[in-house]
Amino acid sequence: MSHILDRLTFFNRVVDEFSDGHGITTREDRTWEDGYRKRWAHDKIVRSTHGANCTGSCSWKIYVKGGIVTWETQQTDYPRTRPDLPNHEPRGCSRGASYSWYLYSGNRVKYPLVRSRLLKLWREERAIRTPVAAWASIVEDPTKRAAYTRKRGLGGFVRANWDDVTEIIAAANAYTVKRYGPDRILGFSPIPAMSMVSYAAGSRYLSLLGGVAMSFYDWYCDLPPSSPQTWGEQTDVPESADWYNAGFLILWGSNVPQTRTPDAHFYTEVRYKGTKSVVICPDYSEASKFADMWLSVKQGTDAALAMAMGHVILKEFHVDRKVAYFEDYARRYTDMPMLVRLVKRDDHLVPDRFVRASDFAEELGEKNNSEWKTVAFDEASGNLVVPNGAVGFRWGEKGKWNLEERAASAETKLRLSLAGIRDDIAAVAFPYFGNIEHDHFNGTDHPSILPRNVPVKKLALKDGETLVASVYDLFLANYGVDRGFGGKHVAKSYDDNEPYTPAWAEAITGVRRDQIIQVAREFALNAEKTNGRSMVIIGAAMNHWYHSDMNYRGVINMLVMCGCVGQSGGGWSHYVGQEKLRPQSGWLPLAFALDWARPPRQQNSTSCFYAHTDQWRYETLNVGDITSPTAPPGPWDGALIDYNVRAERMGWLPSAPQLETNPIEVGKAVAASGKDAPTYVADALKSGALKLSCHDPDNPKNWPRNLFVWRSNLLGSSGKGHEYFLKHLLGTSHGVMGKDLGEMGAKKPKEVAWRDEAPEGKLDLLITLDFRMSTTCVYSDIVLPTATWYEKNDLNTSDMHPFIHPLTGAVDPVWEAKSDWEIYKAIANKFSNVAPEVLGIEKDVVLTPIMHDTPAEIAQATDVRDWHRGECEPVPGKTMPTVTLVERDYPNLYKRFTALGPLMSKMGNGGKGMSWNTENEVNFLKRLNGEVTEEGPTKGLARIESDIDAAEVILSLAPETNGEVAVKAWESLSKATGRDHTHLALPKEDEKIRFRDIVAQPRKIISSPIWSGLESEKVCYNASYTNVHELIPWRTLTGRQQLYQDHLWMRAFGEGLCVYRPPIDTRAVKPVLDAKPNGNKTVVLNFITPHQKWGIHSTYTDNLLMLTLSRGGPIVWISENDAKKAGIVDNDWIEAFNSNGALVARAVVSQRVKDGMCLMYHAQEKTVNVPGSEMTGQRGGIHNSVTRAVVKPTHMIGGYAQQSYGFNYYGTIGTNRDEFVVVRKMSKVDWLERPNTDAPVVTTQSREAAE
Amino acid sequence: MRDMLFHLLFVWYPYVCLGFFVVGSLFRFERDQYSWRASSSQLLRRRQFIIGSNLFHFGILFLFVGHFVGLLTPTWLYTKLITIEQKQMIAITAGGIAGVVCFVGLTMLLHRRLFDPRIRITSTTMDMAILTILWVQLALGLVTLPYSLQHSDGETMLKLSHWAQGVLTLEPNVDNYLKGLEWPYLAHLVLGMTIFLLFPFSRLVHIWSAPVGYLGRKGYQIVRTSRPQRQSAVAGSSQRSR
Repeated sequence: MSHILDRLTFFNRVVDEFSDGHGITTREDRTWEDGYRKRWAHDKIVRSTHGANCTGSCSWKIYVKGGIVTWETQQTDYPRTRPDLPNHEPRGCSRGASYSWYLYSGNRVKYPLVRSRLLKLWREERAIRTPVAAWASIVEDPTKRAAYTRKRGLGGFVRANWDDVTEIIAAANAYTVKRYGPDRILGFSPIPAMSMVSYAAGSRYLSLLGGVAMSFYDWYCDLPPSSPQTWGEQTDVPESADWYNAGFLILWGSNVPQTRTPDAHFYTEVRYKGTKSVVICPDYSEASKFADMWLSVKQGTDAALAMAMGHVILKEFHVDRKVAYFEDYARRYTDMPMLVRLVKRDDHLVPDRFVRASDFAEELGEKNNSEWKTVAFDEASGNLVVPNGAVGFRWGEKGKWNLEERAASAETKLRLSLAGIRDDIAAVAFPYFGNIEHDHFNGTDHPSILPRNVPVKKLALKDGETLVASVYDLFLANYGVDRGFGGKHVAKSYDDNEPYTPAWAEAITGVRRDQIIQVAREFALNAEKTNGRSMVIIGAAMNHWYHSDMNYRGVINMLVMCGCVGQSGGGWSHYVGQEKLRPQSGWLPLAFALDWARPPRQQNSTSCFYAHTDQWRYETLNVGDITSPTAPPGPWDGALIDYNVRAERMGWLPSAPQLETNPIEVGKAVAASGKDAPTYVADALKSGALKLSCHDPDNPKNWPRNLFVWRSNLLGSSGKGHEYFLKHLLGTSHGVMGKDLGEMGAKKPKEVAWRDEAPEGKLDLLITLDFRMSTTCVYSDIVLPTATWYEKNDLNTSDMHPFIHPLTGAVDPVWEAKSDWEIYKAIANKFSNVAPEVLGIEKDVVLTPIMHDTPAEIAQATDVRDWHRGECEPVPGKTMPTVTLVERDYPNLYKRFTALGPLMSKMGNGGKGMSWNTENEVNFLKRLNGEVTEEGPTKGLARIESDIDAAEVILSLAPETNGEVAVKAWESLSKATGRDHTHLALPKEDEKIRFRDIVAQPRKIISSPIWSGLESEKVCYNASYTNVHELIPWRTLTGRQQLYQDHLWMRAFGEGLCVYRPPIDTRAVKPVLDAKPNGNKTVVLNFITPHQKWGIHSTYTDNLLMLTLSRGGPIVWISENDAKKAGIVDNDWIEAFNSNGALVARAVVSQRVKDGMCLMYHAQEKTVNVPGSEMTGQRGGIHNSVTRAVVKPTHMIGGYAQQSYGFNYYGTIGTNRDEFVVVRKMSKVDWLERPNTDAPVVTTQSREAAE
Repeated sequence: MRDMLFHLLFVWYPYVCLGFFVVGSLFRFERDQYSWRASSSQLLRRRQFIIGSNLFHFGILFLFVGHFVGLLTPTWLYTKLITIEQKQMIAITAGGIAGVVCFVGLTMLLHRRLFDPRIRITSTTMDMAILTILWVQLALGLVTLPYSLQHSDGETMLKLSHWAQGVLTLEPNVDNYLKGLEWPYLAHLVLGMTIFLLFPFSRLVHIWSAPVGYLGRKGYQIVRTSRPQRQSAVAGSSQRSR
């Protein structure tokens, strides 16, 4: 009633005693307890989600009490599914449920933070200079520059205000543009789908600036290059509801209950329906418990297992007994009928490239792009035909780019095997890599070249008589299946030890042969009975190996053999960090400022980081280790980075920076020369007047200078070769223990300039936007406090379900945080004020690689020619990068940022090779968002002021959220295929999804030709569904699922067909094995970094609630036997190290783990409970402290249909699982709680940097 | 005019202050329980705190008790034990020592509050004001020491205690007791009363909640019930009989 009166009841407060007076019962005021009850009360509920890379996109109720987020629970109001399918909800997991902890946690970044030394310098200089001059005076003085760059990661942040920090950033950007060029300003942000507007904010700013947006998917090693190779598609997968349609489900290296928690219910439900499930993974994972059969495969040997299963399927379902459905599928939807040239090399016949129409006199009647049309035999007529659908039909003509069984307008039935019409049987050489010795992986002693008999046909081609074989026959021979053609290396029985029999695989994978046979047989039998409802859910575990392509292609082959791809309940379900950006084509113009200037600068991160963190200087993998014994003649020498340089030169891969000369200066020179930009640049490159930056990444002129990191924990999570980042890019204390090539006296790269002293500290400024003090923030120069997922408006989509979902501001950003959109707006505004000091309207010369899904993708048809070696002329867009002159209006950058530019009306919109007029949508946005009324270059254009305005731009322009656009997109595709596809969207033509609609309830997207699946009342979203059912070709060379990769480099590296390749030897252990003994025993283990249970995937590892559930800090799992060998018991502090660096963690000793490997969950922050390392003397390390990116030449291929570059689509991947570490118990745990020794070191590099 | 002011300050002002002190405290306790706290800044920084706070609290508690007993004990009562002069000397000596101890602690705390940027930025105006006022008040108290030594007969002390007791016994014209006192005494009195005035608006309210009862607490385990007394007694006994 009254606090004070209640207090005055002295005499009757104690009402009873118990336990001899040790306890009392009192009657007193208890209303204070309401304070705790109110903790869980709320006065409103707001819908939002978690923008993490978990692909979850789960709908959550955010409870708000008095302007404070109190808690969250799962939403249950998804649109219903059809009657025979379980509903999607509830979605969510413990990580998401603990997210609200971050908002008010001590780890929240509350104010803009700057390195104090930098701020002090800035204020001193700024008092007497203009902003850009002030910045110049700091970074051009080696002592001043080193004063803050050398202290990165060592604390020293002070609070600053928004005005100061945005001015520093703007001045640094303007200085860098003027001095070095806009392509020295880089931005890294991953997975746009997790918060599209926030991504777009930064990339829009960078694109208007001419800066570089960096890719993530390939860098994260979540991109399976096998997908673009096979399907011409980055990654397209079934939604999780489609698991429910499967009849046989393999989980291969995917831990669904742990890392796809919100979707796992479909897996449970389909098990109740009777679907059989096999789980393949080395450790006894959470998923293993769901399995009918668990195959504990030796890590890294999955390809061997897949090849053996493929062997069984081919033998039993394609040779001994022919399944009509499988055969028909192979004929219509794969490249198996296509003919391949065989060439003589030494004593062998080796498969060469596909036969093309251009190989024939008269080009078989194909005048248009005959070099890009593949050839097969027609079964009925026996004639050679050029079947519809090859990439040559896609460009330059209309109506024949489809998968109808036609060629030259006549009906055909393609012949799979040439056995029936063969001229001869010939031994064809197949490369074998399973005999490569490795300390930790079993091999066999088969020869490096396996000759196998194949039926061949003689063809009279332009260049003479040539032997050809069909892909089908080569494919079967490659698997070692005996078809009665005689010869060596074919297996009569599964027990023969020949590649790739089950007996052979048993020796390599450790999986019993009878299990391999059983799984393969049941997988195929189910597919036969259900027309392809066998599915493989596949995860990062297999994809993070250097030869991940082989793991994946082995599985893809199984699926294609059984006709599963593109069928409901079947196919390839790769769920790794991709998160489908459903309204992609509406988002692209906003994100890359395509409404103002095209093309944007986009960079594949792996190659960029490989070069600029100088990981190439430590490369231990020789090209000779990975070339094929059957390699065609070619320049297969040099180092890995040489291949990347060649790729950049030939227009295959992008480059950042691009030219050694500032592209703005080149723009001026172009104007002065009177030539057009492409001609000028091609001439200047040829004459040597202009140089590509990639030839000399350590030259200060070619360093990246400013780096923005947002929505990302680059240095705490994805930065493979973490210690190299610290050493070379950041120039601070690091734990690199290996020697570089110069110090080792090893062979140096040929194409790249070697500098004996490696640069340390390439970056002038590292800016990170985050809401929590992550490992990346700790190393940054400026940290900007950003809004959390409950404090901003944004969009989120996933590949796991078909809904588009909002992030909504449940509360305003707390403290001084702002949304990413507002932060970049503020920087843009400041930049527009600061830039006129040195910049006006400038012409920027932009180099772009030859892009996939553009007419240019058919650039280099039958051979690889390098203009730099004088093998051909440099022709922009054909033999070298495309060159474009782009206008940058620096003083009006802010105005451009906040208005939808004129190119949308002028040039329209499109995606994946389609284009459509978007005038209606632009006018709609003018009415919806309002027009700009202020005078200036943007007057009359649609506004994009707020994050919701930006979201409306995306939703209005995208076919997935605007039915009218969807119809236009299908119309565009119909023109290319000659088939009417508009029926797929016409019923939804009037549907327009707006931001407030999805706030009310998540909405299902509209089917669009940007994706290969349909969203309808009849089928779940399934990848390649429209390829199979609408006869739309895959966007590959053959237009079909391409199992044979005929590019010269693919053949050179032995991957024309799928083979087993053991993990590579990174040689990182031996140099440090006995370097610094501490008295404890050591054990050498394979280092595996799976996704974790208590962290990433919807929240991070520094969340107190999650830390409480695990062990409060970094952990490494090791097996009982290995622990015993090294004298380690559970919870010991251990150190794992190799020449790349060291990390410390507590040991989890568990039967779960297979002997010979250790597991360290991905992205455990360096900021929580991490002591110093005995090896390096530095604080612990993260999982990437012991890894180093190793690039693979086949991922650099470009200008070749599906193997052309696309941002986040193709390119080198940051693999890390082939790495081994020394694991050792620590003898002394040192928390390094000492003051940092001062006095910044000035080295020659920092002097160089400043000059 | 001067008399008028004197009259207001020492006859009426005490009641204004006491009124605010009592009603304000009750009101705040009743309406704003979440603000009823000491607002310690120890979490922000321990530097100067542990020593400063202990010195200050030891000193101030001693002084508080000293003032309370010294001013409000009737003369007839203590003269049965000690003489007025002896009391005066005890007050000067003990009060002086406690005053100096308190002053050192308080100066440390004040310095810390005003000049430690982290604490400064989290302090309210009242936090800084009340600490400053306490410091000035203490300084004034110490300034009176030499004056008191000049008249060791205890006459001033008697005047002050008569005034204090007069205020509490609602005696009219109590200002007459204070006529002719030196300025430090008067300033000390006025500021002292002002502290009572500000008390409910500041963190000083935590004094009300000093855990004195803890010393004589009963029971190691406390079961709080909100049920009516009789039922709970029955429940308690039935529990015991089980």
